[in-house]
Amino acid sequence: MCRALILAPPLLWLALFVAAPLAILGAIALSEPAAGIPPFASPLAWDGGWPRWQGTLASLAALVEDPLYAEAALRALRVAAVTGALCLAIAYPMALCIARARPERRPLLLLLVLLPFWTGFLLRMSAWIGLLRDEGWINGVLQGLGLTQAPLPLLYSEAALMLGMVHSYLPFAVLPLFATLSRLDPALEEAAAALGARPAMAFWTVTLPLSLPGAAAGFLLAFIPAAGEFVIPELLGPPEAQLIGRVLWAEFFQNRDWPLAAALALALLAVLVLPILLFQRLEVRR
Amino acid sequence: MHHPTLAGVRPEASFASTVANGRRCAMRRCGLIAGLGFLWAPILLLAGYAFSADRIPFQWGGLSLRWFGALAANDRLIEAAWLSLRVAAGAASLATLLGGLAGWALVRGGAFRGRAAFGALAGAPLVLPEVVTGLSLLLLFVALAGATGWPAERGATTVLLAHATLGTAYVAVVVQARLAGQAREMEEAAAALGAAPPIAFLTVTLPLMAPALVAGWLLAFTLSLDDVVVASFVSGPAGTTLPIYLFSRIRVGLTPEINALGVVILGVAGLALGAAAWALRPRRG
Repeated sequence: MCRALILAPPLLWLALFVAAPLAILGAIALSEPAAGIPPFASPLAWDGGWPRWQGTLASLAALVEDPLYAEAALRALRVAAVTGALCLAIAYPMALCIARARPERRPLLLLLVLLPFWTGFLLRMSAWIGLLRDEGWINGVLQGLGLTQAPLPLLYSEAALMLGMVHSYLPFAVLPLFATLSRLDPALEEAAAALGARPAMAFWTVTLPLSLPGAAAGFLLAFIPAAGEFVIPELLGPPEAQLIGRVLWAEFFQNRDWPLAAALALALLAVLVLPILLFQRLEVRR
Repeated sequence: MHHPTLAGVRPEASFASTVANGRRCAMRRCGLIAGLGFLWAPILLLAGYAFSADRIPFQWGGLSLRWFGALAANDRLIEAAWLSLRVAAGAASLATLLGGLAGWALVRGGAFRGRAAFGALAGAPLVLPEVVTGLSLLLLFVALAGATGWPAERGATTVLLAHATLGTAYVAVVVQARLAGQAREMEEAAAALGAAPPIAFLTVTLPLMAPALVAGWLLAFTLSLDDVVVASFVSGPAGTTLPIYLFSRIRVGLTPEINALGVVILGVAGLALGAAAWALRPRRG
């Protein structure tokens, strides 16, 4: 009785604001675009008390027919995978160092990793724009040193996009890696050393395999938001880099094609479900 | 932690491995310093150039506070910032209440029908891409307005509801982690000593959850203050939050005012952290 009272508010909230919106998303993806507000016709019409199907698979079919969408999805997956891999490569030594630091120093080091978060995502993006653009800080320094004559086109490039992505999601990769590495018993690596393994060997055969779950979590925490990212490609990326998040945004806000935007959202979910399920199986096996 | 036999082996294994250890340690330290440098460099440059008089951001034109003055005189920005702070505080408070209940139910609620589905719903916003969350919530508000007439107009309220939903998922995770790490014995002891369930909850469970609730509130608050995508979908003309304003501003071009805003935010975050560190400082006696 008491438990039901505790359970009811979050359950009702989540049903209304998480489950219902996803169901509506599915319904709108099957509806016909229409002129009006809202700009679609519900897939079910009521005819004298009887429901009549008037939906269409046109939006879902358009995703398959127009190669633009598959390209946007693949490009988003590639950018997200590279982001995840770069984040891991940079985060791993950071997390290892924090995990092996003296316990009283760890909170400060973790804080230094997390604090950039509190400065505001858009402010960090504007800092990158200021650094990378033609008349920006980096080009100014390069020209000042006489290394380049004309400004290098740094902004609105794939490299700038990756830089922004890695900068935004790096802390997400550090935290789970730190959590895993700080729980490892240092005696394990010492045992390997005592048995004659060189440090590199002990790392490759003991520490690294044991930290894989943390690495997988860190990769996914960067990969998932990066795959649907809209703001970073819009502000830093090349105009032709149509990632799926950007295409969805354009279909919704510029073309006002809500059914197509909903279909794209479903496609994005479908693409992301696979890595998440793989990760869950990995967790269960552990 | 150290195994006794290993501790015994160490001295012989040692000199070469100590040297190697020291070198590895230095390498790792370089990795950490380089990583922190990468995270902090743009932020520190932004903060430094906020004090430059030049009209072009990131160009030095002598020390000046003029952009802080311009910031204070920018009514639209100030208005958006107040709206964002109010929305974030409301959303975080709602999220702490709902997420606290959800986290408690998932760890201490025992087995109930639909527990797995409930857990999946509570965790879903964590893995949904922002564009999907934003679009689906907007479609919900449109459907609700069509069916019930509410919300007649989208704006601050709808953004608050959307952010509360996101925050609930984060608070629930933090609370679950905290409760799962705590033994149940204390609550059982309270019950065995005759405390009625509400009393045991208020005097034992709630204090146990408190750090997670505070951390969750802060997390939900920052998420809300930082969100452009979900807010852009569910907001209307009357609900221009600070990120929506900044995003439209940055798309047009940079101004040094944004750098000045960065310094203000860093200062506030630093003050808040200092206050938290002071409140949580180790006490004697």
